[in-house]
Amino acid sequence: MKKEKTMKLSLPVEELMTSGHLACQGCGATLAMRYVLKALGQKTALCIPACCWSVIDGPFPHSTLDVPIFHCAFETAAASASGLKAGLEMVGDTETTVVAWAGDGGTFDIGIQALSGAAERNDDIIYVCYDNEAYMNTGIQRSSATPYGAWTTTTPVKHFKNRPKKDIDAIMAAHRIPYQATANTSYPEDLFRKMKKAKEIKGTRFFHIYAPCPTGWKSRPEDTIKLGRMVVQNCIFPLFEVENGENYAINIKPREKKPINDYIRLQGRFHHLKDDDIRLMQDETDRNWERLLKRAEAK
Amino acid sequence: MKKVIMGNHALSWGATLARAQVIAAYPITPQTQVVELLSEMCASKKLDAKFIKVESEHSAMAACIAASMAGARTFTATSAQGLALMHELLHWASGGRNPIVMGDINRAMAPGWSIWTDQNDSLSQRDTGWIQFYCASNQEVLDTVIQAFKVSEALMIPSMVILDAFAISHTYEVVDIPDQDKVDAYLPRFNPPFRITPADPHAFGGLTGPENYFELRYKLQVDMEKAPALIEETGREYERAFGRYLGLVEDYRCDDAELILVTSGTAGYTARVAVDALRADGVKAGNLRIKVFRPFPFEEVRRIAGRAKKIAVVDRNVSYGHHGIFYQEVKSALYGHDHGVPVFGFITGLGGRDITVDSFREVAQQALSKPQPDREITWIGVKG
Repeated sequence: MKKEKTMKLSLPVEELMTSGHLACQGCGATLAMRYVLKALGQKTALCIPACCWSVIDGPFPHSTLDVPIFHCAFETAAASASGLKAGLEMVGDTETTVVAWAGDGGTFDIGIQALSGAAERNDDIIYVCYDNEAYMNTGIQRSSATPYGAWTTTTPVKHFKNRPKKDIDAIMAAHRIPYQATANTSYPEDLFRKMKKAKEIKGTRFFHIYAPCPTGWKSRPEDTIKLGRMVVQNCIFPLFEVENGENYAINIKPREKKPINDYIRLQGRFHHLKDDDIRLMQDETDRNWERLLKRAEAK
Repeated sequence: MKKVIMGNHALSWGATLARAQVIAAYPITPQTQVVELLSEMCASKKLDAKFIKVESEHSAMAACIAASMAGARTFTATSAQGLALMHELLHWASGGRNPIVMGDINRAMAPGWSIWTDQNDSLSQRDTGWIQFYCASNQEVLDTVIQAFKVSEALMIPSMVILDAFAISHTYEVVDIPDQDKVDAYLPRFNPPFRITPADPHAFGGLTGPENYFELRYKLQVDMEKAPALIEETGREYERAFGRYLGLVEDYRCDDAELILVTSGTAGYTARVAVDALRADGVKAGNLRIKVFRPFPFEEVRRIAGRAKKIAVVDRNVSYGHHGIFYQEVKSALYGHDHGVPVFGFITGLGGRDITVDSFREVAQQALSKPQPDREITWIGVKG
């Protein structure tokens, strides 16, 4: 008799994101939405400001998601989510998870005031920033999430970005919100677990999700998952969670910390960099990693 | 129940009686007492509402819009710089068909810093698709908030209830506060045709191409055009329930008037005193106070002002490089209907400079001394 093979699935089969979305090939932001909705379920409402996802979902009257979406103004993701949560509760819906879903420009730059306000009030929302490290929807302009060294259309190779990425995670930790986490679509089980955990917590929860953008990074679509693995192994984008702004826990510590060179060389946006530039980036990566290790030890 | 309350508290009472469910607001002089009293109403459970104490007016309007999308009745209040900061979202509220009611305390725009009244803050928002009510007394403020919710929710268009800084906001008057059960009967619960709910998921406000956007805006204008009749109808209904009519305009001694002074806000009540004084001097004057500025009450202005021999529009605002804004609008309403009535434009009272009976005497003297206006704007009270 033939032995029946069984496969254990680590994520729910149910899809709240259907076909027909408008994302580019290899888009990390699209995978992020798919996994996040698997964790949060159908009783979820999204506030999406101007960002790639305001296009990815499809034009009026179409939508690729089976959850309601409020397309809100660029700088209002957090304030809109606060208002939506309050409004839903006043009409008797206390169950729906309200999610602000914004890009890095809408979070690190134009939306940071509203985000800071909502976090300080500890409004009962989940804020997700999918970080593709530039204004990709408008055509690859630098944001304060763009890493040192990167080419964008507003940081040409002769004048590449010469300031490091803003440390949004430290900024959010300084708000003492109950829960925050970084995540990465190359580690879907880790993302799923943390989002499930966040769903059960009340107050402001913040997710910073690494989202490769082949179009803007000049990387190959088939390398998206690889890049996501690399940033965890080389500690450019570590996976960690923080409770109450103080208790840091690193989710994945690489056995052997890899140098950043291979990661840099897979992306056209860094092609112009000389070895000295990459050394600077390596130093910054090392310093950031050491700082995170100290924070995680201190708990 | 009659109470002596300040104009700002008339806004708070209006929102409370209307059972606003979500309030998001940010403090600005001279609006602060509106939100202070509402905070107390919420804290003491007199009002069952969520008060989101946001970090800016921009977030205040954003939160109100999203709460309205969920199907909640929402209220906020602001003034001047705060209103200007909201500008982007005022378009969002009307375009998204969110029937938010907002109090705006008319305050002059900086620089230099001014906390005193003029209308350039609210009139700068003329084309954002909001209904605009300009009030002249504390009672009118309270009544209009309740009526505004009824009109806004019927049309799914937001409303601004506007009052002069200090002349109303901080002035105490006797106000008849209606019974809650009567207000409930006048203003039933908000029940929008569409709302954000996972039970019926839709995407609201997504990318809208040229094949659809045009019609969405056309429908907003069509519904805006329904507002004048609805304001009159709900105003009469209000009169039946509470004894006070709330209309588009208010005319005073206009029936046989040869000179009609057109005003808005508290200047309208000063103008009434001026009309009596002018009539005592033998000038047949009248006052037309325009209460609803958007949509513009074309028919009422044509009917009342169009039969005078002369019209003098007194503006507490200016469109730089053009005229006073009510002056523009009155002329536009009369064009093709005016039988040649000369319309004079006056600007006075900017930045809270008092508009007095003598201001109107000067207006009347200027308008009566010339057959036609001989300049684009006549300024009243500018120091030489």
